[in-house]
Amino acid sequence: MNTMTVEQDKFNPRPVKFVLWLFILSSIMMFAGLTSAYIVRQAEGNWKIFDLPSIFYITTVLILLSSATMHYSVLQAKKNNIAKQQIGLWLSFLLGAGFLAGQYMGWQELIANKVYFVGNPSESFVYVISGLHGAHIVAGLLLMVSALIGVYRNISQTKNIFRMELTSIFWHFIDILWIYLFVFLLINR
Amino acid sequence: MSTQALDHTDVHAHSDHHEHHPETFWSKYVFSMDHKMIAKQFLITGIIMAIIGMVLSVLFRIQLGWPEESFPFLERILGKWAKDGRIDPSFYMSMVTIHGTIMVFFVLTAGLSGTFSNLLIPLQVGARDMASPFINMLSYWFFFTASVIMTYSLMIETGPASGGWTIYPPLSALPKAMPGSGLGMTLWLLSMGLFVASSLMGGINYISTVLNMRTKGMAMTKMPLTIWAFFLTAVLGVLSFPVLLAGVILLIFDRSFGTSFYLSDIYIGGEALPNHGGSPVLFQHLFWFLGHPEVYIIIMPALGITSEIIATNARKPIFGYRAMIMSLIGIAFLSFIVWGHHMFVTGMNPFLGSVFMFTTLIIAVPSAVKTFNYLATLWKGNIQFTPAMMFSMGLVSLFISGGLTGIFLGNAALDINLHDTYFVVAHFHIVMGSSAMFGMFAGVYHWYPKMFGRMMDARLGYFHFWLTFIAVYCVFFPMHFIGLDGVPRRYYAFTSFEFMNEWLVVNQFISIAAIIGSLAQFIFLYNFFRSIFKGEKATQNPWKSNTLEWTTPVEHIHGNWPGEIPSVYRWPYDYSKPGHDEDFIPQTTPYSETISSNIPTDFGIHEEPVKAEEKSN
Repeated sequence: MNTMTVEQDKFNPRPVKFVLWLFILSSIMMFAGLTSAYIVRQAEGNWKIFDLPSIFYITTVLILLSSATMHYSVLQAKKNNIAKQQIGLWLSFLLGAGFLAGQYMGWQELIANKVYFVGNPSESFVYVISGLHGAHIVAGLLLMVSALIGVYRNISQTKNIFRMELTSIFWHFIDILWIYLFVFLLINR
Repeated sequence: MSTQALDHTDVHAHSDHHEHHPETFWSKYVFSMDHKMIAKQFLITGIIMAIIGMVLSVLFRIQLGWPEESFPFLERILGKWAKDGRIDPSFYMSMVTIHGTIMVFFVLTAGLSGTFSNLLIPLQVGARDMASPFINMLSYWFFFTASVIMTYSLMIETGPASGGWTIYPPLSALPKAMPGSGLGMTLWLLSMGLFVASSLMGGINYISTVLNMRTKGMAMTKMPLTIWAFFLTAVLGVLSFPVLLAGVILLIFDRSFGTSFYLSDIYIGGEALPNHGGSPVLFQHLFWFLGHPEVYIIIMPALGITSEIIATNARKPIFGYRAMIMSLIGIAFLSFIVWGHHMFVTGMNPFLGSVFMFTTLIIAVPSAVKTFNYLATLWKGNIQFTPAMMFSMGLVSLFISGGLTGIFLGNAALDINLHDTYFVVAHFHIVMGSSAMFGMFAGVYHWYPKMFGRMMDARLGYFHFWLTFIAVYCVFFPMHFIGLDGVPRRYYAFTSFEFMNEWLVVNQFISIAAIIGSLAQFIFLYNFFRSIFKGEKATQNPWKSNTLEWTTPVEHIHGNWPGEIPSVYRWPYDYSKPGHDEDFIPQTTPYSETISSNIPTDFGIHEEPVKAEEKSN
């Protein structure tokens, strides 16, 4: 019976992974709220039209690449190929940080084009939406740091894969989220 | 019963497994990660917040009942907010706002869901604890911090937020709009930000626990209705609170950074503000997209608790178990597509209004299903009139009387007349406020033995019930007539308007009833706190109930069950089953032990018990 008890009580990653999915769901609802507000507000008229910064196209490529390297890293982790997993993680981290820097440059490009945060709501929305997405990127980068720390500290393979899975689920989510937001902003101007 | 009759030699091995570190005062009572302790923390914080909310309501009832008189004792309590014993008009607005905020969010959302979801989800589905005990602890501490900030905002120089609990801009967006729009509103936003984070963490945990950590045999269709209600409540919270967050983020940018999401063409003191191009109605859309599911977040746990208590105390299976689940799902789904009925008079396109009216009135169907099922469960039951049962039946009564006025208000044409009158105040205080409060009382009386290992005094319970029940009807029923006459809510004094003067007597009656009702709550408080220390010791299963929480020992242990978690073989409502020697059969009893009472449908509808039975043999 002791073995039964242990079996019931051993570390089960499923509920925790599920918690992450639910967090993603609530995050989706927040952005759905924002983009719906965007459409409702746009329909009322008095809406300034401007071009999105060109660097957003480059950052979109960066985050797509980072998703690919993240996927590579998880695959290597599952093959117990720690060195290659590290390379994949570092690459994803650098690409992610590059994305964040690029978004910031995008804001500066907007300012140079006289599109200010305090102005017409159409302008403010671009800052708010990309800014909140940026906050998600920061969270994703922190998850990567925790996965990296795990790798260097040689945590058990089960836990390593668990951390990698959490990180990659979240990272792919914010990748897809950005593509949705970018396409949304491009279409609804 | 093989699973229950475990040898207790395993206890030590087990507790070692769970408690690697010695429990200190801090880890046991303060930063506890045990769901049972967190439930008690939520309950007691909720009770304290409820007292604050209740005191505020008594204070503004005094103003409404006797608008011309002065009460020197008020000046002693409120200081400059009641100069010469008369409440300051702007503080009146603050009290109404904070009363609403505290009652809706802090008491009936966190106090109700936080307490009973935390207590019952792991115990009734058969889990050692929540999916993430750490996030669960964080959830409580965010809530606690939010409560402290909200209470603190009552004491600041400029007064707390005062634009109503719905914080419509521009009152909430312009710090200069009214006294409470400054620091008070900032604190409100800060507090509610923490509150939303707390709710999300709690809700995510509840969902994950229900879906992933049910014990062996606990199919979704064998869960008690309480769990179904808590589960769907959490789903509503996870889907709707982020939208409020989005709306509030935009509001914060408007307030503090000068954006114009909600502001346009506003003049203060003859001077135009720079804000241009915003839409205040946009905020209402975002707010009510949360706001409407929020009222179901409040009532659904109360309905779940009532289902469980009514079945247990009528000693009858719940009538229409699957219909109860379907109606909960129906209410949950519909709650997302009715928010427009709060905005019929915002200049909404009448066609859109009729769509929202249609979806709103459809909610009457699942609500009626629930009501009739409660009545059918009570019908010819062997009713045990425990205090919990009284409060549950009180909920059914209030849910019916409050629900009927909902049909009036859901009608877009009638709403033009009734909008923002006392009719609305009467409606939601009965159907959502008092009903949910009754559900909470019922839950406290019923699960008190599980929480504190002692019983509450039943006599005081009955006394508390009757006083509260009569007071609630005396307070809110006359308000319907005031509202039908067109008296608007949130007004400081009725005496300034000719046509409202005649309602002064009624208002005095309401105020007296409210004061008596409030005093009655002290009976509850005395009973609650006294019984923690001096109550009669509880037995393991005092209500002869079927659900899993009553198979745990009275003394709380971390991990809930010593040894193995019991398996489940049957649904939770086998009460008074013909052929069985007792009038209840716990979920842990396999069919092989109840040959005399088994009927074909036990095996025809659910197939799993047959397999489970084979295994246990």
